[in-house]
Amino acid sequence: MEMLSKVHTKNLVKWGKTHPKAVVLSADLTSSCEADLFRDTYPDRFFSMGIAEQNMMSFAAGLAREGLMPLVHTFAVFIYRRAYDQLAMSVAYADANVKMFGFLPGILTPGGATHQAIDDIALMRSLPNMTVLEVGDATEVESVLDVMAAVEGPVYIRMLRGELPRLFPADEPMKLDQPRVLSRGRDLTLVTSGVCTEEALRAVTVLKARGLAIQHLHLSTLKPCHSPLVREALETPKYGVLSLENHLATGGLGSILAEKIADGGLGTKLTRLGLQDTFAHGASKAYLMREYGLDALALTSAVERMVDQPLNIREEELSAVRIDAVHSEHKAEAL
Amino acid sequence: MTDTAWIDQVRLAARRIRRRVLDHTIKHNGGYMSQACSSAEILSTLYLKAMALAPLDRPLRPRPFPGTPKRGNNLYFTGAEFNGRALSHHDRFILSPAHYALVIYAALIEAGRMDPVGLEYFNQDGSSVEMIGAEHSPGCEVTCGSLGQALSQAAGIALARRLRRDSGRVFVFMSDGEFQIGQTWEALQAASHHRLENLILYVDVNRQQCDGQVTSVMTIEPLEKRLESFGWRALRVDGHDPGALEAPSRLEPNGRPLAVLCDTDPCRDLNLLNRNAPKLHYLRFKTTEEREAYRQALEVL
Repeated sequence: MEMLSKVHTKNLVKWGKTHPKAVVLSADLTSSCEADLFRDTYPDRFFSMGIAEQNMMSFAAGLAREGLMPLVHTFAVFIYRRAYDQLAMSVAYADANVKMFGFLPGILTPGGATHQAIDDIALMRSLPNMTVLEVGDATEVESVLDVMAAVEGPVYIRMLRGELPRLFPADEPMKLDQPRVLSRGRDLTLVTSGVCTEEALRAVTVLKARGLAIQHLHLSTLKPCHSPLVREALETPKYGVLSLENHLATGGLGSILAEKIADGGLGTKLTRLGLQDTFAHGASKAYLMREYGLDALALTSAVERMVDQPLNIREEELSAVRIDAVHSEHKAEAL
Repeated sequence: MTDTAWIDQVRLAARRIRRRVLDHTIKHNGGYMSQACSSAEILSTLYLKAMALAPLDRPLRPRPFPGTPKRGNNLYFTGAEFNGRALSHHDRFILSPAHYALVIYAALIEAGRMDPVGLEYFNQDGSSVEMIGAEHSPGCEVTCGSLGQALSQAAGIALARRLRRDSGRVFVFMSDGEFQIGQTWEALQAASHHRLENLILYVDVNRQQCDGQVTSVMTIEPLEKRLESFGWRALRVDGHDPGALEAPSRLEPNGRPLAVLCDTDPCRDLNLLNRNAPKLHYLRFKTTEEREAYRQALEVL
């Protein structure tokens, strides 16, 4: 598995060259949100807004009303928690063409509860006019810009930074409301998003070795969610549906699936993995994903409960898969 | 227009705005009356003299509520159509305190921009002439019922206009109570930091808010000093003097956004209203005698 660093930093500059209406707004987290190279390359299209997100959101709406495409860069929590009224009334209500890059989704940061966006999908997807995207690897970080630009309205992106794996081939860009089918099978359906997909890939390899046939979907568009691939995957699994997300188990991906199952009258059993009605705290990503049950081991344990038999999967086995994948270009390409 | 003729026209328009709002308040047993008393000269001066807005062929009749802004809603329009087609050299008007809507509607009628019949649609189901205006309401361009968001949006509009080298300016009308809001100060610092000299803010300093006197709710003064320390060019004028209100709009830009603090009387030309002090935010008659007293006041207004 290829690892890349600062994917957005370089890509934003490259993309910005052919999108002159795009301007970047930042609230004192420019390097932290990988917008520093854009700032240095296009200083006339970068506007520092200070630590003042409420103004930044409404200000962005004003720019959008005049035909510009503001790209708001800050930590996710400061977009939807700090400035929710501005987000709802200045941006979403007006269907303003504001693109919001929310960094540090879920529990990816040792910054603690104040920095961890664990309820952003719940709030964002309930806002009328809002499109909600979440990237899961370097390929999606690169291609999400074209996806969001094609939407004429507000888009919220759960964005990734720093060291990222390339899980999906560079020539298979993310597309709006098109889930990726990562494996096929009728025993159970697994739906994952964001960084949880990498965890799930490790688990699925081991589960397959135990003889389970798994339909694994990766969702990078959380709203709208109308793909028939999702509906089909929810209809047929023998042991039910399992979701894994870097978010509260309420309001996010799991809830999206629950609504689909209920609306469709499918009656499929659903297990939702994610933060279980709790805030988290500051620690490493690996520690937190273990502690709050978002990792590969949590996933295989949930599958054991679903199939109601011990699978005897040890942590070392899952770690081994991870090491395999990191070194295997072939494996990633074959997805 | 000669120098003094426009002043007389503004004064007449202001009087007629108060009359329309009072008449409406009596008919509907309620209205934002004190806001009309305080801001009538400000809005008349802006609409009749200070702002360079595109003229309309004829006063517009408000259209029904077009639905909310949404992709695919081809019926959608904003109330900015009442301010005329906005070309690069035209000024823009952004209303911040949306509960001044009735006063704005009355001002649009006096400016020959809205058909007087428009007031009959006020607060009627399915109408765009809403009690607390949104961006589809006559004269409105942004949705600002949640106070303190319009200045930020106007600053964004002003920056975008500067980037495309528009010569027109962005006028914002605010109420003084909004200076208690954190976002207002965020917007003020952003506007001066980005040197938005094409932004002109008129503030109705009527010292009144929902709970009563501003000084009893949360002190905002000294507003002029506060604004200056935030990098603005701030002037204080008599908010009922058209000449004083208009003069700042002709100042040469100097790199700083401009705030015109307009000291006003929330009971101007309607002494009867003083009886309700300090609760002046919304006028509702408690007895038929009270309503009758206002009816008589209307006759002499």
